[in-house]
Amino acid sequence: MTDPTIINQQRHVFSVIVDDEPGVLARVVGLFSGRGYNIDSLTVASVDKVKAISRITIVSCATPQILEQIEAQLNRLVPVRKVVDLTSAGPMLERETALLKVNSMGEKRIEALRIADVFHAKTIDATLESFIFEFSGTNEEINNFVELITPLGLIEVVRSGVLGIARGSKAIF
Amino acid sequence: MLNINPKPKQQAEHDKKINGADILVKALRDQGVDTIFGYPGGAVLPIYDAIFKQNDIRHILVRQEGGAVHAAEGYARSTGKVGVVLVTSGPGATNAVTGLADALLDSIPVVCFTGQVPTHLIGNDAFQECDTTGITRPCTKHNYLVKDANKLARVIHEAFHVARSGRPGPVVIDIPKDVQLSPGDYLSPAQVTHPTYQPKTMPDMDAIERAVDLIADAERPIFYTGGGIINSGPRASEALRKFAKLTGYPVTSTLMGLGAFPASDPQWVGMLGMHGTYEANLTMHGCDVMINLGARFDDRVTGKLSEFAPHSKKIHVDIDASSINKTVVVDIPIVGDVGTAIEMMIKVWEKKKHSANKTALAKWWAQINEWRARKCLAYKKSDKIIKPQYALERLRDLTKGTETFITTEVGQHQMWAAQFMPFDEPNHWMTSGGLGTMGYGLPAAIGAQLAHPGKLVIDIAGEASILMNIQEMSTAVQYRLPVKIFILNNQWMGMVRQWQELIHGGRYSESYTAALPDFVKLAEAFGGVGLRARTPDELDGVIKQMMAVNDRPCIVDVCVDEKENCYPMIPSGRAHNEMILSSDQDISSKTPDEGLVLV
Ligand SMILES: Cc1ncc(C[n+]2csc(CCOP(=O)(O)OP(=O)(O)O)c2C)c(N)n1
Ligand SMILES: [Mg+2]
Repeated sequence: MTDPTIINQQRHVFSVIVDDEPGVLARVVGLFSGRGYNIDSLTVASVDKVKAISRITIVSCATPQILEQIEAQLNRLVPVRKVVDLTSAGPMLERETALLKVNSMGEKRIEALRIADVFHAKTIDATLESFIFEFSGTNEEINNFVELITPLGLIEVVRSGVLGIARGSKAIF
Repeated sequence: MLNINPKPKQQAEHDKKINGADILVKALRDQGVDTIFGYPGGAVLPIYDAIFKQNDIRHILVRQEGGAVHAAEGYARSTGKVGVVLVTSGPGATNAVTGLADALLDSIPVVCFTGQVPTHLIGNDAFQECDTTGITRPCTKHNYLVKDANKLARVIHEAFHVARSGRPGPVVIDIPKDVQLSPGDYLSPAQVTHPTYQPKTMPDMDAIERAVDLIADAERPIFYTGGGIINSGPRASEALRKFAKLTGYPVTSTLMGLGAFPASDPQWVGMLGMHGTYEANLTMHGCDVMINLGARFDDRVTGKLSEFAPHSKKIHVDIDASSINKTVVVDIPIVGDVGTAIEMMIKVWEKKKHSANKTALAKWWAQINEWRARKCLAYKKSDKIIKPQYALERLRDLTKGTETFITTEVGQHQMWAAQFMPFDEPNHWMTSGGLGTMGYGLPAAIGAQLAHPGKLVIDIAGEASILMNIQEMSTAVQYRLPVKIFILNNQWMGMVRQWQELIHGGRYSESYTAALPDFVKLAEAFGGVGLRARTPDELDGVIKQMMAVNDRPCIVDVCVDEKENCYPMIPSGRAHNEMILSSDQDISSKTPDEGLVLV
């Protein structure tokens, strides 16, 4: 029997605007671990020095009831100024950046370059036996790219985590 | 205008500066604090020095920091004000953790100051250093580490705002010793507003109107009320009483909400939940409209979730949006202050000239009265041995007409107190509901007694629990606090023994306390009064003697039936309509396998 809660899980992207102060990331992460919510991806950076705010993007998979809880629980944190469930709020864009180091020679090296070209990945470092590609896209596009390039000598990946923003002319904050 | 002798600007600034410790004391005074509970140590000596130099704020020296937080909770719960605590770094802070977790789960406003090693030593494993903000982050509503004396006043005023607004809770302010000694600017509370933390308190009118329509249409309604009504303030209790009268509907309450609605009122059906009354739980189970006012569908209350009030439409008023749809999905959620919400409901009810469905309601009350007639709190009386329920009945009757504040420890005695004591007013009942902290009752009683000198304050205790913070007897003696500690001494961790008897085949693993102290001598050793009742005959006299003590604490050792179990009871993992009324029913067959893992 499959657990019905797993079938019912949805992947949502949350934007969280927080005061840029020490410990705020620990509060957010502690909330997720303490309440047993999962984090698929998390990014954070200061976005406005004058207003002293940071923006956190969190991707979580959960049932609709838990997703509602995540939003409400985040809102309880004192330094949290705004929480937006981007996935529910309307059309949105997601981007993630990956840096991939590929070590190969001969045919494989040429094939790796060709695939990178098809995906519009940038080559940002090269030696005689290696490349580093920079690739931006949705989480899924990166997964596809990684899958194709793995047999061609992929030895290291680093990913930024997902960034999300709502489409259209309005700002969330 | 000509300024003849301008003071250099810097000089003027400097005049305004006082050191961090003085800022703290001034901020407390400006917050209207008259009492703080604390324990000194190296990292808070400058603050103790500042306290020494003034007379506005009374410092109560507890005997362990955990006691300080519970005392502050008792003070807060009996007054509606913020409780204030001051402890040193390291072990002072870690000892406070249980109290902070307790205040968080029961939504009690507390501000706790902790000393910290000087800023330049933080992270060096300095003497008595611990990561206080790290340790307390998940057991506070919010916490701060203040590294600049200029920010201290702002943080303190913010902390009081955070502690008492929205859903109240504990806030920790960690202050390194160098910050206590450095000069900084003072700001008054009026100069500080929190830029962003402004919880929504005004309910949505649209939702209120829909709720009132549903309430008016109900045939089998129930008001399910909780601690939110107490936290909202006395106006909320008044509004509840008025709305209940207008509708004529039955009222039940959680452990936390007792006193919001008078237990002497005919519409009161008793507490609900695991050890609630039969009528309260069956009324919940059978209702068609549930009006949840400031309660949070706690697992002690709902029992088996999939069979919780299965035929009901639910309204839920809560100031904390995260309480809504957390465990139980409701039809009409209302986020906001519960007192305001009830007042709005009353207005709408009156404006729309609603009236209850008289025939349906009469039928419903007839059913409820049938459940009541089961007399679920009845117990087998004895004239040889004191039944714990009998002891509480006598306590209830002999304190009748005297304004009484009750605190408890945790266990069977706590549930019996909730069942048998007559709570008619809010803020007179203090028990550790969410965390279930043994050792809560004595320090909480001390806090309540300090806030209400001359009033009767009783800690209804178990002999195991009382030992967890017995050192606070010394505090009570020092301040001549006539708190009464009414121990229902069954020689067992009764609640543990009960579960072992009912669910674990009578294997009483480690639930008997051999070598209990002589509580009479113990009371005397501390400088209090010790009394003992061995038989039902002795009880009344001992209670009267206890009530006459007015200048020191009094421990009453009531030797009660060792084997008495607390009923009624919903076995873990069972629904409201599967209550067990007495030991004549077999509970082990009633506990499903899923129930065994539940606490
Ligand atoms: C600090 C703490 N430790 C353990 C428990 C688990 N516990 C709940 S009730 C209880 C027994 C309490 O015994 P006593 O104070 O004698 O009360 P009684 O049930 O006998 O009335 C225990 C150990 C608890 N609630 N709190
Ligand atoms: Mg006991």
